[in-house]
Amino acid sequence: MIELAFQEKFSKWRVDDARVPAACGLSGLISQDGRAVGGEVIVESMRILRERGNGLGGGYAGYGIYPEHKDYYAMHIMFEDFQGKKVCEELMEANLEIEMGEEIPYRLVEGICDVPLLWRYYALPRPERLEGDGLQADDFMVKLVMDINTTVPGTFVFSSGKNMGVFKAVGSADTVGEFYELENYTGYTWIGHDRFPTNTPGWWGGAHPFNILDWSVVHNGEISSYGINKRYLEMFGYECTLLTDTEVVAYLLDLLIRKHGLPLDIACLVLASPFWKDIDSLGDQTEEDLEKSLRIVYGSALLNGPFAFIVGYSRGMVGLNDRVKLRPLVAATKDECLYVSSEESAIRQICRNPDRVWAPPAGHPVIGKLKGDV
Amino acid sequence: MQGSLIPNEFVVDVDHQRCRRCKRCILNCGFGVFDFQSMTTADSSKCVACHRCVMFCPEDAITITRNPLAFKEHSSWGIDSRKAIWKQAESSGMILTGMGTDLPWLNVFDHLLIDACQVTNPSIDPLREPMELRTYLGRKPDKVEIEVDDKGKPRAVNSVENNIKLETPIIFSGMSYGSVSLNTHRALAIAAQRLGTVMNTGEGGLHRELYPYKDNIIVQCASGRFGVHSEYLNAGVAVEIKIGQGAKPGIGGHLPGEKIGLEVSGTRMIPVGTDALSPAPHHDIYSIEDLRQLIYALKEATGYKPVSVKIATVHNVAAIASGIARAGADIIYLDGFRGGTGASPAVIRDHVGIPMEIALAVVDSRLRQEGIRNWVSIIAAGGIRSSADVAKAIALGADAVGVGTAALIALGCRLCQKCYTGNCSWGIATQRPELVDRLDPDWGAERLVNLINSWSLELKEILGALGINAIESLRGNRERLRALGLDSTVMEILEVKPAGV
Repeated sequence: MIELAFQEKFSKWRVDDARVPAACGLSGLISQDGRAVGGEVIVESMRILRERGNGLGGGYAGYGIYPEHKDYYAMHIMFEDFQGKKVCEELMEANLEIEMGEEIPYRLVEGICDVPLLWRYYALPRPERLEGDGLQADDFMVKLVMDINTTVPGTFVFSSGKNMGVFKAVGSADTVGEFYELENYTGYTWIGHDRFPTNTPGWWGGAHPFNILDWSVVHNGEISSYGINKRYLEMFGYECTLLTDTEVVAYLLDLLIRKHGLPLDIACLVLASPFWKDIDSLGDQTEEDLEKSLRIVYGSALLNGPFAFIVGYSRGMVGLNDRVKLRPLVAATKDECLYVSSEESAIRQICRNPDRVWAPPAGHPVIGKLKGDV
Repeated sequence: MQGSLIPNEFVVDVDHQRCRRCKRCILNCGFGVFDFQSMTTADSSKCVACHRCVMFCPEDAITITRNPLAFKEHSSWGIDSRKAIWKQAESSGMILTGMGTDLPWLNVFDHLLIDACQVTNPSIDPLREPMELRTYLGRKPDKVEIEVDDKGKPRAVNSVENNIKLETPIIFSGMSYGSVSLNTHRALAIAAQRLGTVMNTGEGGLHRELYPYKDNIIVQCASGRFGVHSEYLNAGVAVEIKIGQGAKPGIGGHLPGEKIGLEVSGTRMIPVGTDALSPAPHHDIYSIEDLRQLIYALKEATGYKPVSVKIATVHNVAAIASGIARAGADIIYLDGFRGGTGASPAVIRDHVGIPMEIALAVVDSRLRQEGIRNWVSIIAAGGIRSSADVAKAIALGADAVGVGTAALIALGCRLCQKCYTGNCSWGIATQRPELVDRLDPDWGAERLVNLINSWSLELKEILGALGINAIESLRGNRERLRALGLDSTVMEILEVKPAGV
């Protein structure tokens, strides 16, 4: 009995809080002129990184993939069963005007099994609900997604941005791409991930990318500062509910950029801050004051530990390493296209002759931005 | 008439074969144990085991042992209980003592273990990579406001300028001039300056000779207002309002007139030889709104330097801390019930207050729940013994820790707990000129610098093992702590998981 009671007591920690260390392969591309790239390209790039994963999680995010529904939040949701779907849809009906709901198309491929119900909905918050809660549409959606993910059994919203979508599963990245028929989508930004979890719960939601609204993150590494990043985010109402530390990256970007209004490159100075010795020797008082303020105010948002991540968002893509570069990250350009990946081979697989290839220094972001509208 | 019924605590033995009768022991003992009548004699009843004689005997002729006198064993009535009763039956008074509690209460630090990296994340070698301990104390804004100029160059609009920069998250706790000697204050000030940290004056003002150390001093304003004047308030980087002290929560202080010599008198602004009585409460603070007034009065008086509020950790500490943050304080100094003192009634020292570790955890969590953690920095003090304690306190949520007892031990203190007698043979807790002279401030400062540098090195090693290279990634990161041998309620309060989970 004692043991049972003990287990019950800590079941919360065992499930909600247990971090799953993982090593991984990453790849991302953005055509900064907005040219559409087929989903099969990123799948091809990920195929070469198979060695970095172990078949227990793969996924993609594409931007610009739903042009005909681009003004709606595209919610990708996985349900364990119809009961969860029913509860979730009732909750959504109460809060959202749903333009359309449909099953996400997929084909059965070898190596992918236990497929949950995979649905997508194009929706907007009900105006009366926004007024009632006094929230902006984005805040309302964040809250709703967190509500669904924490309260509706067996249900997980894995993507919620506009004109973008996340596709992920338990399987290797290339088979996940085939499973979701990514060749039928085109987008201007794609990011992909192959996962090597060292202790996996075998849950589809645990694969990358992680998404909150516009932000999608693929991540290789371990956020050793996770404990304080999580507690810092909780101060601002974010609930870290997943089985991994990667979600803090997405939430921190959302907080810093959307809520605190920091430009992306300055947000990167928070996440992988320069060392004090470098700040002290900047020689420019304005820059020194700025970087000092960022470190002092946002110390709890510093991501510490080995990481390389690629973040996709509607206006661009950013690759970032930890401040001593403990995980690989390579970048390349060809014409208007920027590539970022764990390995040069994954870039050359889809871009034989890049104009320039380089290894971004520790803590220096590589940022690709969309020029003009799409 | 019958004398005292209390047997000696220690037995002092002089080996007369070795003794060369140099009389150094007589000169060195602040408690008058030794005498000379054709040979060196010792009155063991006066010995406090401060070891001064042993350390300075050139012939190794002195041995101090615990009095082996047998008492009939009794599991309820320990020897200390019996001695206390005899003392009070003889004196009709409160039993005074010094330093922090010596009772074997559960020490939470001794039940917390620190994490390290293996395989999935690499540890970092502090000998090869930068490892950052720099810490800023003070109020931080909720966010950095950015303004972009004509040339597209961003600049921070809101300032964090009045934060106090520490090169290591360890400061020297408040110990008043009067309770400790001027040479102790000198050693602390010199060391704080060399280390890039701060010392706290305690409640007895600041000797003018130490004003040049103003960048490394926090001046204290306590209920007795000793030595408080406008120049003093501006003689440091911050002002601390001392509400309470961990060793004696809820009670005031009493520095006996014998310790008030000319220099102490001048610094404290009280007549020579008068007792310095600190009232239990501040007589202008009877509630939180009064504290707010004092905080802002001190800010007005100092051009808005940070104001720290020091409290003893008592049962309702989380709500009190929240009130202090909302009253405008920039720093909350939590002094746990193991904190030291120059003099306290033993009953208060040993039975009032709660451990700093628990108070720290609930205060940090409470301020986070209220979304105001960044309004204040938390300094945790009262029982920090090693760099491991520092790391654990920071992981529980402290911005920095305060060390008092550890600093005194570095200066030679043996924890004899007789500070209140003013006879400190090591020249620390005394005002007797011949004893004070023994403590060379430069020698003391070097030992303090060595101690804190050693701890800082060890902290860097701990960070490296944790795979992080900045102290802010450990701060409040309770995920990197595990509990061993704590009950589930305490773990829940600490928000620390048990080892194995």
